[in-house]
Amino acid sequence: MKISRKEVEHVASLARLKFSDEEMEMFTRQINDILIYMDKLNELDTKDVPPTFHAMEKENAFRNDEIRPSLEIEKVLSNAPADDGESFVVPKVF
Amino acid sequence: MKLAHLTITQAQDLLLKGEITPVDLVEALIDRINAYDENINAYITVLGEEALEQARSMKDTQKPDLEKHPLYGIPIAVKDLICTEGIKTTCASRILQTFVPPYNATVFDALKRAGAIIIGKTNMDEFAMGSSTENSAMGVCRNPWDLDRIPGGSSGGSAAALAADMCFGALGSDTGGSIRQPASYCGVVGLKPTYGLVSRFGLVAFASSLDQIGPMAKDVRDTALLLNVIATYDERDSTSIPREKMDYLKDLEEGLEGFTVGVPEEYFVGGIDADVENAVRGAIKLAEEMGAKVKKISLPHTEYGVAVYYIIAPAEASSNLARYDGVKYGYRYEEAKSLMDMYCETRSRGFGAEVKRRIMLGTYVLSAGYYDAYYKKASQVRTLIKRDFDEAFKECDVLITPVAPTTAFKIGEKTDDPLQMYLTDIFTLPASLAGIPGMSIPCGLDGNGMPIGLQILAAHLNESKIFRVAYNLEKAIGFERKELGS
Repeated sequence: MKISRKEVEHVASLARLKFSDEEMEMFTRQINDILIYMDKLNELDTKDVPPTFHAMEKENAFRNDEIRPSLEIEKVLSNAPADDGESFVVPKVF
Repeated sequence: MKLAHLTITQAQDLLLKGEITPVDLVEALIDRINAYDENINAYITVLGEEALEQARSMKDTQKPDLEKHPLYGIPIAVKDLICTEGIKTTCASRILQTFVPPYNATVFDALKRAGAIIIGKTNMDEFAMGSSTENSAMGVCRNPWDLDRIPGGSSGGSAAALAADMCFGALGSDTGGSIRQPASYCGVVGLKPTYGLVSRFGLVAFASSLDQIGPMAKDVRDTALLLNVIATYDERDSTSIPREKMDYLKDLEEGLEGFTVGVPEEYFVGGIDADVENAVRGAIKLAEEMGAKVKKISLPHTEYGVAVYYIIAPAEASSNLARYDGVKYGYRYEEAKSLMDMYCETRSRGFGAEVKRRIMLGTYVLSAGYYDAYYKKASQVRTLIKRDFDEAFKECDVLITPVAPTTAFKIGEKTDDPLQMYLTDIFTLPASLAGIPGMSIPCGLDGNGMPIGLQILAAHLNESKIFRVAYNLEKAIGFERKELGS
């Protein structure tokens, strides 16, 4: 096994996901199969190969530091599940 | 010929002559959609009334000025992950089922400025994760050529809408083949442009180092016309490439004399259907007969594309999708007792199985202790894949390959085995990882009467070369666009 059920449970908590027992079994099996397939990459020696994080080499794209209009607050809040007209409202943290 | 079956170019011709109006075009599509989309499910949202209203407002204007409005009066469909102000944008996900964007994507503004009429938002795999449009919270989309088969994915709705004459042109998005593969399975044309050519401002993000918006159409000329409209530099997308505006229609009719077509041997390996191989090789022969030089080449790291992609894309997705937490927009689980409970319940109930699988995979490969073994290793192999293409384009203008090893498969055939589903992307993933442009055009039918697509690849920003080869091949192949479902 590349990954145990316990590890999958840990990853789920990192990803803020909850699973039923049955789902947990399925994901453990499937992720295991996928990770075994990924072992293929170890056939290649990449010791001196730099990683590519971006398809096109590009310098940082900076914009001028000037104030520009942004979305109005009503628009920003228009899709919020709960708001008080100024902020998003969430359940109590503690 | 029925109005809905026309290409954009043919419809424009009739508009210019004054023989039809935009209202006629919209009405023809609404008739098609009403008659046929119940079976296909290509649309998540149909904007019939809005489209008619817009078309009516165009009716009395004088002769259209195509210089200023290159898509004047043409109804276009947009994949449902491109933000449209005031129009629901669901990503085919329960978590965004009610999301109405407060702003437009840059490409959407560009379409409107060009005079296009938006006829609807198309079905897709949830968050563009999938190769079959079976992962849609809004229901499976079906292939108009055979309703028991998938249309491909993730832009399956856009491809199916085109094939069934329910739109004249469409926008899709391609992260690992999501434009090219459905175009191939549905017998239409689709282009994934160079990474950075088309602005992604307002595109719901999946894997940011790979995502690209692109045009889909009934033929090559229409595809070029759409790319002309949407390929604009945009300072709101930091990956947008500043450059001169190109006219992709300009060189279409130039011949293939002096062109070198590379044929990578790794794309014709075991597992590929004989019908697919024969059709693609036949097209390569046609290119040779038209004066192109054909050269066998090697892209030795092709076989690693699937492993690299299914590490990098889920890793980026797990980060991008962290924003769906029930706070700012979309679905929230209301019964939660605490903030943490709300996050977990909202995400677990809001996302479908494939999205969760990729978030899990991505979270794992980025987690402490595994980053070097997976994400870093994959990014290094990505460099090797990119170098393969760099070498190939030193001696070739374009490469021609199959789009996928097979034609459209049956609904449900691969849903139980995610790895088998991922392997269908084997020929489209490498170009995505390298950021180069790729196009799918139809090149024949297999023994079941399903369309076969061929893929044309070129170096960064060499879309014009792709269009030229595609246009010439399209003429030589003479693929017949059927009036499906009539």
